Amino acid sequence: MDNSSTAIPVNEKVLTKNIGPDLVPTDMAAYEANGGYRALHKVMSGMSPNDCLEVIKASNLRGRGGAGFPTGMKWSFVPMGEKCSPGHKYLVCNADEMEPGTFKDRLLMECDPHQLIEGMILAAYTIEADRSYIFIRGEYVVAIERLEQALADCYKKGYLGKNILGSGYDLEMHVHTSAGRYICGEETALINALEGKRANPRAKPPFPQVSGLWGRPTIVNNVETLCNISHIIDKGPEWFQSLGLGEDSGTKMYGASGYVKNPGCWELPIGTPVREILEEHAGGMVEGRKFKGFLPGGGSTDFLVEEHLDLPMDYGSIGAAGSRMGTGTMIILDDKTCPVGMVLNLIRFFAHESCGFCTPCREGLPWTRQVLEDIEAGRGRKEDLETLVHQVKYIGAMGNTHCALAPGAMEPLQSALKYFQSDFEAHVEQGCCPYTPDMKAQDISAEGEQD
Amino acid sequence: MIEQLIIKTDASLTSEEMREIDAELAHMPQKSGAAIDALKIVQRHRGWVSDEALVAIAHYLDMSPEALEGVATFYNLIYRQPVGEKVILYCDSVSCWIRGCDGVKQKISEKLGVDYGETTTDNKYTLIPVPCLGACDKAPVMMVGDDLHTNLDNEKIDQIFLNKTGSNKIGSNKTGEGGDL
Ligand SMILES: Cc1cc2nc3c(=O)[nH]c(=O)nc-3n(C[C@H](O)[C@H](O)[C@H](O)COP(=O)(O)O)c2cc1C
Ligand code: SF4
Ligand code: FES
Repeated sequence: MDNSSTAIPVNEKVLTKNIGPDLVPTDMAAYEANGGYRALHKVMSGMSPNDCLEVIKASNLRGRGGAGFPTGMKWSFVPMGEKCSPGHKYLVCNADEMEPGTFKDRLLMECDPHQLIEGMILAAYTIEADRSYIFIRGEYVVAIERLEQALADCYKKGYLGKNILGSGYDLEMHVHTSAGRYICGEETALINALEGKRANPRAKPPFPQVSGLWGRPTIVNNVETLCNISHIIDKGPEWFQSLGLGEDSGTKMYGASGYVKNPGCWELPIGTPVREILEEHAGGMVEGRKFKGFLPGGGSTDFLVEEHLDLPMDYGSIGAAGSRMGTGTMIILDDKTCPVGMVLNLIRFFAHESCGFCTPCREGLPWTRQVLEDIEAGRGRKEDLETLVHQVKYIGAMGNTHCALAPGAMEPLQSALKYFQSDFEAHVEQGCCPYTPDMKAQDISAEGEQD
Repeated sequence: MIEQLIIKTDASLTSEEMREIDAELAHMPQKSGAAIDALKIVQRHRGWVSDEALVAIAHYLDMSPEALEGVATFYNLIYRQPVGEKVILYCDSVSCWIRGCDGVKQKISEKLGVDYGETTTDNKYTLIPVPCLGACDKAPVMMVGDDLHTNLDNEKIDQIFLNKTGSNKIGSNKTGEGGDL
């Protein structure tokens, strides 16, 4: 069938074109049969690192790890050629994926490991790195096994190792499994973890692009970001830009969890409206539950509500509404789930995962947790709400802490205070959680003691 | 305390452990870079990382035991106390919480007789909370050993843990941190 003349936008699958509903992993043969490693051959037979960089810059690809930083620009900070002192350079894939509510990178690695590896080889070539690591959380045992297998196949085929495809370019790649700590996902903390140290974030500058792993130039990119690279090199920046619906380019792995009928993860054009994701892909709310709000991209993003449903899910629109697209995997709050309880769950997580380096985060987050525990248990006082506002201001301000964990932790709280203020007040006034009035105060404190 | 351990310890690494650690060292410009890998390798063989094992690893990597201890205690998945044959990593993060993980956790606790940080009397399972397992669309979820179990409810718990057992509390050794060991 010839679709070329229809005006219907083609919902082109890029990152998930090899991923069927049965989730059978794509091996080397299947990957290559569907166009895999075509970009690698193209680059190795005549594109310079700078050619590749220009393509990625022109594509307008923005990092999918949460912050949306333009990938080409990030790479352009790496000292190149003569300008770089002799020694290794590193490319690191951030596959830590511990942001609560985020489940997109797991799918990409489990089902199409070669797509990530090809993207990494091309990224490493672009910055002239000779060493690369996949930093992956230890719990992802299936992904680890499949990536190891795929790496072995690549070494066998001459896609990794010395003199890749006769180009003279050498690259080693290695899977490093983490030992579990959310802060490892922060790129400078990740670098410390890779060096075998405690994962405290480092001061910036110097930026990792100049002085990262073992003091050498290092690029850290998210799994989904790197999975885009081979396609952009293969089909060009104009094609990539044409995939997006708004100002952002490409597709995005979106997801929805919570009480929706069909929770899951879908690749859609970047800029797809929130409502379309929720209704057409997530199937709307489960019978008996009404939509109340959502965190657009993981546990460290601000709540948005009904009035934001028609916004396109892209960096600019979600940012202008006072939140962040973050990882693009939405967490849905319904009318029968307590917003205070939900925020408490998140703050417990952040308090537990604080690396302990700076005071506002180490001391402030447990304090916030305590106040929320009191409110949720019906012991809250009116002043507690003011305390929370104060904490948001003090802990949430960028610059008061060494990294973005603490400000991120405050995002769901500050927006919950804005949109669900009456829920906080009802807890205080009724002396219990209105959503679970029979839940006794000691149950909630008992839970808190585990933290 | 670690000082004394150096004197009395002879818990040297096995040749298998050393071989695996050497494989990691090949990817690292500095020996200490393999600290976390080495801890995980020894833990895979012995179930957990004892003080003696920690000292042996530190020697092997030319690190001070204190420095390695600082690394070991930082990470959630390095166990510094004995654990059961399988660790249950129970997700208590937000999407699982929305979909009722607290209730299912209670069911596990009743069934196995353990709370977070505790091991069953038959030494089969240790229950530990874990942040989001990246399977939020199938919440609530947990891992038992290497296996991911999804869409948990009370019936599923009954199927997964066929035999009821009593508890063997770690008790006074229990750390204050989220039941981590
Ligand atoms: C506390 C914290 C945790 C993070 N966790 C992750 C993570 O698990 N995965 C990830 O890709 N980025 C994570 N990031 C963002 C990284 O620091 C970094 O921006 C990202 O890996 C860059 O990749 P990108 O440019 O491809 O988006 C985290 C940031 C912070 C502050
Ligand atoms: S903000 Fe928190 S996690 Fe980040 S460096 Fe400070 S203490 Fe560590
Ligand atoms: S919140 Fe439980 S798997 Fe993500």
